[in-house]
Amino acid sequence: MAKITVTVNGKRRQADVEPRLLLAHFLREHLRLTGTHIGCDTTQCGACTVLVDGRSAKSCTIFAVQADGSDVMTIEGLATNGELHPLQKGFWEEHGLQCGFCTPGMIMTAVTLLADNPKPSEREIREGIAGNFCRCTGYQHIVNAIQHASKQSARGR
Amino acid sequence: MAAPPVLPKLVGQRVKRREDPRLIQGRGTYVDDVALVGMQHVAFKRSDVPHGKIRSIDTKAAAAMDGVEAVYTGADIAKLLPPMPIGTPFPSPEHRAVAVDTVRFVGEAVAVVVARDRYLARDAANAIVVDIDPLPAVVDVEQAMTGKPVVIHPNFANNLAVPLVPSGTGVAEGKPADDSAIDAAFKKAEVVISQRMVNHRLAPSAIEPRGVVAHFEPGKGTMTIWSSTQNPHILRTFIAALNGLGQDQVRAIAPEVGGGFGAKINIYAEEYVCSAISKALGIPVKWNEDRTEAFVATTHGRDIIAYVDLAAKRDGTVLGLKMRLIADIGAYNMLLTAAIPTLTQMMANANYDIPAIRTTLTEVFTNKTPTDAYRGAGRPEATYFVERAMDMLARELKIDPADLRRKNFIQPNQFPFTTQVGAVYDSGDYGKALDRALKVANWEQLKKDRDAARAKGRLVGLGLSMYVEVCGLGPSAALPTGGWEHAQVTIERDGRISATTGASPHGQGNETTFAQMLADQFGVPIEHVTILHGDTAVVKQGIGTFGSRSQAVGGTVIHLAGSKVKSKMAKFAAAMMEASEEDLVFENGTIAVKGAPASAKKFADIAAYAYVPVPLPAGLEPGLSDEAFWEPANNTYPFGCHLSMIEIDRETGEPTLLKLVAVDDAGTLINPLIVEGQIHGGLAQGIGQAMIEEVVYSEDGQLLTGSFLDYALPRAIDFPRFELDATVTPTPVNPFGAKGVGEAGTLGSTPCIVSAVVDALSEFGVKHVDMMLRPEKLWRIIQQGGRS
Repeated sequence: MAKITVTVNGKRRQADVEPRLLLAHFLREHLRLTGTHIGCDTTQCGACTVLVDGRSAKSCTIFAVQADGSDVMTIEGLATNGELHPLQKGFWEEHGLQCGFCTPGMIMTAVTLLADNPKPSEREIREGIAGNFCRCTGYQHIVNAIQHASKQSARGR
Repeated sequence: MAAPPVLPKLVGQRVKRREDPRLIQGRGTYVDDVALVGMQHVAFKRSDVPHGKIRSIDTKAAAAMDGVEAVYTGADIAKLLPPMPIGTPFPSPEHRAVAVDTVRFVGEAVAVVVARDRYLARDAANAIVVDIDPLPAVVDVEQAMTGKPVVIHPNFANNLAVPLVPSGTGVAEGKPADDSAIDAAFKKAEVVISQRMVNHRLAPSAIEPRGVVAHFEPGKGTMTIWSSTQNPHILRTFIAALNGLGQDQVRAIAPEVGGGFGAKINIYAEEYVCSAISKALGIPVKWNEDRTEAFVATTHGRDIIAYVDLAAKRDGTVLGLKMRLIADIGAYNMLLTAAIPTLTQMMANANYDIPAIRTTLTEVFTNKTPTDAYRGAGRPEATYFVERAMDMLARELKIDPADLRRKNFIQPNQFPFTTQVGAVYDSGDYGKALDRALKVANWEQLKKDRDAARAKGRLVGLGLSMYVEVCGLGPSAALPTGGWEHAQVTIERDGRISATTGASPHGQGNETTFAQMLADQFGVPIEHVTILHGDTAVVKQGIGTFGSRSQAVGGTVIHLAGSKVKSKMAKFAAAMMEASEEDLVFENGTIAVKGAPASAKKFADIAAYAYVPVPLPAGLEPGLSDEAFWEPANNTYPFGCHLSMIEIDRETGEPTLLKLVAVDDAGTLINPLIVEGQIHGGLAQGIGQAMIEEVVYSEDGQLLTGSFLDYALPRAIDFPRFELDATVTPTPVNPFGAKGVGEAGTLGSTPCIVSAVVDALSEFGVKHVDMMLRPEKLWRIIQQGGRS
């Protein structure tokens, strides 16, 4: 077992974990933050995407021990003071989700996408979320949702 | 009282989904999010041999691990569970939830472990040593039909699960199959198109893999089972039956379900096994499918070969259609497996007035994962076969593919139209959808663009496909589960409305669409309406969500239950207001006498009165709650037209989808925003099948596409922006006129893409290319100048 300290959604967490424990399972089962989903076992689907030290990362492909000392944000930490993040609003406004299973990972990927490129073209959005699978939407409304957030953020600045 | 704010009518509006706030914040509860005190984890040991006799299973090392609660072999499970049932009236070989002496596909469960946590359960499953004596495996379905090299189930000669189902002219009227009409059609034919086509195997791949939590409570003798299922009530029926319990003793819960696409209709071995183990051990257990496991353990879709012969006159008039279908159903018959290809037969008539049709269907066992429903389930196959044949006919006769379709359409005045395969199409205007699609796509301009691109040496093609689909399933005569749906609508004491639906959603947005309907019906804000679903303890009865039936059947019954309650509420209001109930209007959160707005009483006040009825109006009982069952007299038959433009890279053979236009007619729409989402998703899966998705087995029965590394699930970069439009032809089958839309996108898209590729390759004299359209295949065609 290994002792780790991870700040998750602003809260310092300490735990003894098996060295092989995936960050995704640490979040889901030790911290009961079940908004981070697991949809594959080969790092393709992106449903488990969270922010590690401010950058989107697939938490199924990081051991919890590797996140020791890191700052992690999950979907549960994205809204501030009850106010939805512009991406969350975008997904709601534009019907960017159906079953909702890929949604947390999709949103957390888009956070980094927009941080790097606040006004992405449609092509850049499609490339930016190519590491996240959605089986329900055909992606078009997800693209719309990210465009919506991009416009809202631009307006907010 | 002061005039209340006017509430907008919501049916037909793009209302934002009411499901979304919890889902975009990660606050939904999917099966893997369920945690119970004392819960243990289940893992399955699966066969890596496609066919063989189990010689021995050594579980000692697994059982000895600290934290392992129990280990079961197939023989142990057979003591807890009878063989698994199927849901169709076809004969079926014995199918054990865990193989007892023979394995028949890679991924078939051979042993089960129960342990403290999921990692340990997996470790223990890996520590089980299974010795299997390999038998020959058969993968090629047409070889399997010869009985060589092996017969998979002893009582099914030549591996024929269903030897031959005839359908078509005459059979539909209950007469024996008589080929004289079809023979005469082909004798008269001036041109005959004959083509073998493969509609290949797919992995449904909901992003949430399956999962089960089973909790048997020995003190009460009751079972609660959470499962990622499309139909909790059907699950309850089967879990009760196999565990020797009454349906009153089983509660089935479908919490948030992360997509289904047909593959979560079936009741699976893992659901039976978890329930039986929980009952045996008296503890809650959980199983969650790994993705790699999903590729072998969750049913596949499609996999039908058709030998199609289309007879026509040189002017394009279709005279007859022959379709010999061979379905590769894999190693076992699952819940609906055998019924799915019969839907291909049922829709062989497509959109056309075809004088004579003969189809036959043979279903065959192979050493592969079993097939069952996958989005479209039999209808995309029918559409693909007929529309590709129509495209080939148009090409042969040098007739514009749109003109050829138009010439053969069933005309609007022919509805209701009884097809040669016995379906009764409810309503339709196919020419209107075609014309709309041609206009939206600017078809004539696209042709010019294509020709201009070709003049520069580019390989560009256009494809067109019509479709008609059977939805809104359906009359009970057509569904072994019963074809009705159930709803209960309750006006609570505070005037808010709760309603239950048996149509258990997994992304369809029923919480929104059904609330739109009730909000309009009662004239209350949508925020005052809650739709409950997915829990048999809350939802008294139900069938489930499949066959694009949620709105057409589930929506209808919500409205009917609402009507009953509304009528009773009107009686209370009439008594309170000393008015006649016929004169009352429900609007803007009030009930008022028509034309006398000052008479308005708050909706909530009438509700409160109904629960403390002093005085109780004569002939009324207290309370405001009622239920309804409803089943449609017929299925619905939505239709549409999909167009595509494709470019193939001459150097690499890689196809790129440049344009996809979809005009869909799903009847009356309740929420066009949600409908668009459904169509987009269907298009993505239909395009995925044509262009990149394919389940591939090696010749010796190993699954080669066993993860997302090898199975190409479409990504955002694989699609252009889809262009959608709609025509609206209501169905007379239900009062709202809604037909259903969940599967439509998968029907027209696939053939229109293959036809576009054939068009792009026309300079090489190509007449047909089987899916999927891998660049290597197209590159070879280009390299060989069309000689394949």
